[in-house]
Amino acid sequence: MQFALLIYHSPEEFGMRKNDYSDPHLGAWRAYYKALVEAGVYVGANALEVPETGTTVRLREGKRSVQDGPFAETKEQLAGLIILELPSVDAALEWAARCPGASIGAVEVRPLAPEAMRRGFTG
Amino acid sequence: MNGINQEDTHRIIERVARESYGRLVAYLSANTRDVASAEDALSNALVAALTAWPRDGVPQNPEAWLLTAARHSFIDQVRHRQVAEASEPTLLLLRENSMEMVLSAEFPDERLKLLFVCAHPAIDPAMHTPLMLQTVLGLDAARIAHAFLVSPTTMGQRLVRAKTKIRDGGIQFEVPQERELPQRLDAVLEAIYAAFGIGWDDMAGVDQRGRDLSEEAIWLGRVLLELMPREAEVRGLLALMLHCEARRRARRGPDGRYIPLSEQDSQQWSLPLIEEAEGHLAEAANLGRTGRFQLEAAIQSVHAERARGGRTEWTAIVVFYEQLVRISPTLGTRIGYAAAIAEANGPEAGLAVLDGIDPDDVSVYQPYWAVRAHLLQRLGKTSVAVDAFDRAIGLAEDPAVRQFLLHRRG
Repeated sequence: MQFALLIYHSPEEFGMRKNDYSDPHLGAWRAYYKALVEAGVYVGANALEVPETGTTVRLREGKRSVQDGPFAETKEQLAGLIILELPSVDAALEWAARCPGASIGAVEVRPLAPEAMRRGFTG
Repeated sequence: MNGINQEDTHRIIERVARESYGRLVAYLSANTRDVASAEDALSNALVAALTAWPRDGVPQNPEAWLLTAARHSFIDQVRHRQVAEASEPTLLLLRENSMEMVLSAEFPDERLKLLFVCAHPAIDPAMHTPLMLQTVLGLDAARIAHAFLVSPTTMGQRLVRAKTKIRDGGIQFEVPQERELPQRLDAVLEAIYAAFGIGWDDMAGVDQRGRDLSEEAIWLGRVLLELMPREAEVRGLLALMLHCEARRRARRGPDGRYIPLSEQDSQQWSLPLIEEAEGHLAEAANLGRTGRFQLEAAIQSVHAERARGGRTEWTAIVVFYEQLVRISPTLGTRIGYAAAIAEANGPEAGLAVLDGIDPDDVSVYQPYWAVRAHLLQRLGKTSVAVDAFDRAIGLAEDPAVRQFLLHRRG
């Protein structure tokens, strides 16, 4: 069964990102990634740029609306996601607790939609 | 009674609830096996106390008052159900027994039976501890869920299922027969120790809502000792928990930094707790039946000696670990043994013990990687040590431990 760990950062945490190897956080994240791979549960992952770099598009009654910034104006914003293959949500919560993002921001665990539905998207 | 204000009454209710919760639930459910209804009845009684006591004064025997109120509510509930499902086993049992429920200040303490029910072999072992925390201590499902890292809804459902099984699954409220007692008692001790371990790992260390799970576990340990004073392992478990508890303050620097046992300032350890632990351990030894918890407590006792002697007698620790590995070869024990061997005989010897463990068993077991990293580093095998450190860092949940290991890794 596949689960997504959705990693949410506060503005302060986004601010701590250096986007280079001097990032003090990076060591913890790299180690976490290694542990996931070695445990054989890692499927894929990616990090997102800071929320201010986002642009949100809507189409309503044929009219375009384009807005600077992220979709929702919440304090904590999506910062990245990790996909894991695990036997149960219990195991997914354990990995979420170990995630360096959990001790500052928050990590949401959500199952991926059933594979049949996902295949429906991609054809 | 007029001098008592609302706030005092609330505090009194809280205290009585805390001290009497398990006794009342155990007594109310011992005959019916219906733990869920007993809990509902007791919570109704507590709500009633919140209005009645500030108005009428705190009754002379608060526990008896709560029992009467809970019994009324309990019988009401069952009558309700009588209409809905006439064959309800609770009802049948109540019919037989409700008349015997005597109201007196001296009602029998059935908590021991309740503890054995919670850790019954027919109940999923993963639910032993949550059941105890809820039925004996009255912790709510959400708080238990936080500690066990499951969603509150899921924990709620699991608790309901377990209680249904107790009611309908023919699980008897009884103290096991002599023959099966050691094994059944072991399950009870394991469940209490699991609560302690979770509280111990819970790095916040300070639960905002008051006592943390380690304190709850020690409370359970004391209750069990009161009920079974002649069981050596019961004392062993309490001694073990008290020894660990004695070091709580020393585990963190003023800045929240993680401090490993070997670097803790032993002057910060709590002497009264150590002395109490030593007392229980000595009593247990007098009973002449050794066991896993006494051995673990003995290991902690050797560590505690450092407060007096200034050094750690690692060879003594190794001897205790050898016995422990023989009777309880858990992953944690074997890794503790490896660490002790490394201190006594050098890092190569410790590493050899670690190498004897199946790699599949430790792929997500953090302590293994932490010990391995430490030993490899001591041997100057820098690059493999870094790999092991990364595994330990990646598997760590506590940010302070993560920071500590990142620093050590260099």
